[in-house]
Amino acid sequence: MAVAEKIDTPLLDELEKGPWPSFVTEIKKARQTSPMCDDLLGQLELSYREKIGHWKHGGIVGVLGYGGGVIGRYSDVPEKFPRVAHFHTMRINQPAGWFYTSDALRTLCDIWERHGSGLTNMHGSTGDIIFLGTRTEELEPCFQELTANGFDLGGSGSSMRTPSACVGPARCEWACYDTLKLCYDLTMTYQDELHRPPFPYKFKIKCAGCPNDCVASIARADLSIIGTWKDDIQQDDDAVAAYAAEGVNIQKDVVDRCPTRCMEWDGAKLTINNRECVRCMHCINVMPKALRPGKERGATILIGAKAPIVQGALLSSVLIPFVPEEELEETVKELINRVWEFWDEHGMNRERIGELIQRVGMANFLDAIGLEPVPEMVSAPRDNPYIFFRTDEEQA
Amino acid sequence: MPVPIEEIAEEMYKMVVECEGKRNLKASDLTKAMIAKYGEENCSKEDCKKALRQLMDSGRTVYSYFGGSYVTLPKKEGAAPD
Ligand code: SF4
Ligand code: SF4
Repeated sequence: MAVAEKIDTPLLDELEKGPWPSFVTEIKKARQTSPMCDDLLGQLELSYREKIGHWKHGGIVGVLGYGGGVIGRYSDVPEKFPRVAHFHTMRINQPAGWFYTSDALRTLCDIWERHGSGLTNMHGSTGDIIFLGTRTEELEPCFQELTANGFDLGGSGSSMRTPSACVGPARCEWACYDTLKLCYDLTMTYQDELHRPPFPYKFKIKCAGCPNDCVASIARADLSIIGTWKDDIQQDDDAVAAYAAEGVNIQKDVVDRCPTRCMEWDGAKLTINNRECVRCMHCINVMPKALRPGKERGATILIGAKAPIVQGALLSSVLIPFVPEEELEETVKELINRVWEFWDEHGMNRERIGELIQRVGMANFLDAIGLEPVPEMVSAPRDNPYIFFRTDEEQA
Repeated sequence: MPVPIEEIAEEMYKMVVECEGKRNLKASDLTKAMIAKYGEENCSKEDCKKALRQLMDSGRTVYSYFGGSYVTLPKKEGAAPD
C-alpha cells in the first residue's frame, strides 16, 4: 500500500520524547498501512496548535437494527483532512477477562485494517475492544466480518454496556467466584438490552473476583458484583513466621494498616479477630503465601457507582452483603429485573440508577425493589440526631 | 385479546412520525404509550420490545444518540460532511 505524504508535526513530536510509550509513535508506524493515519496526525497537530478540538460527534450512524456499538465522529475540517472526514469508533464486545488466542487478535486486526484505520485501543475504559476510525460505508461490512468470526458489537448510548470481569479464577487464586462465567452469562442473557437501548441512560455491570476490585467496579459500575468470603481468613502460621524472618515488618506493614484494627502480632503469632474484619484484602495482599480468603465464598452486590458526567461521581452502596457463589447468577438476575423495573418507571432522562436512588432516597428504593435494610448497607453512622417516627409507629 | 405485534409496530411508527422534529422519543416512551393505549393485558412490555425490533430491523426507524438514545426516523447525519 502507498505510504501517505508526510505531514510535519513538531508539537506531536514532543510527545515521542522520553522513555515511555508514545501514541504518536504508534500512529506514525500505522501510516505504513493506513493513509488515514497521516490525516489523523495532521488534524491532531492542528488541534494542538490552535488549542481547539476538531472532532464533531455524530448521533445516527450505526449498523442495522442496533442502537449501540458505534460512536459517530466527523472532522470539522474535512477539506484539510479528507481521509478522516469520517472517523467513527466501533466498540467490540471483549471476551470475558480479556483472554484471546493470537489467532483471534490477528483476525480482529486484519478485519480492522480492511475496514478502518487499523488503530485500536485494547481496551477502552468500558472494557470493550475499541476500533478507532472508519467511514460510514465501512460500518456494515466490518460488522458482517466481525459476526462471521464470532465477535459482536458492545454497548453504547442508553443501553446496558458490555459487562466486564477481572481475570478471576483463570489466573487469580483470590477469586471468590467465577467472574468470567457470570460475565459471559449476563452478556448472553441481556443481548437485547445491550444492543437496543431501552433505558433512561447507561447501565454498567462489572464483576470483580475479590475486594481488590481490579475492574474498579465500586467506582464505575451501576451494578458491582465483588467477590468476598463469609468465614475466617485462611492462615498459615509457618508462612507468617517466614515473612517475618524475611524482614516484613508485620506490626507496621500489616497490623497497623488494618482498617478495623482487628489484628494482633505478639512477635511470634498473628491473631485475627475475623468478626471485625471488613475483607479489605490488605493483609492478604502483603502476605499472599500466609493468608488467603476464607473457604465460604461468594459476592457482595452493590449499586449506583458512576464517574462524573451529568452529575458528580458516586461510589457503590451495598445492596446484598453476601450471596453464596452457587446462588449468584440467579440472585443477580432477579435483582437486575427489579432494579430495571423501578428505573424504567421512575428514572428521568439521562439519570443513572445511583442518581435516582439519591433523589428518591435509599429507603424508598429498597422498599420498591423488596429488600429489607440491613446494617451492612450503612457506610457511615448518621450525624443528624433527629429521628422522626411515623404516626402509626408512635401509636404502636 | 393480544394485539398483533405488527399493529403495535405500526402505532409506534405513527407516533415517531408525529413527534419528528418536535419531541425526541425514547424506547420507554413508546412502550408506555402502547401499554396505555391497549392495556397491559393486551400489549405487554415484551410485545413492545418485539414491535420495536421489527421497526429497527426493517430500517423504518433508527436509534439516534443525542446525549441519550432515541427512536427516530432515518435521516442524514447533521454532523456529516456534505
Ligand atoms: S479482583 Fe481480585 S480476583 Fe479479580 S483479578 Fe483482581 S485480585 Fe484477582
Ligand atoms: S482483610 Fe483487611 S480488615 Fe480483614 S484482617 Fe486483613 S487488613 Fe484487617
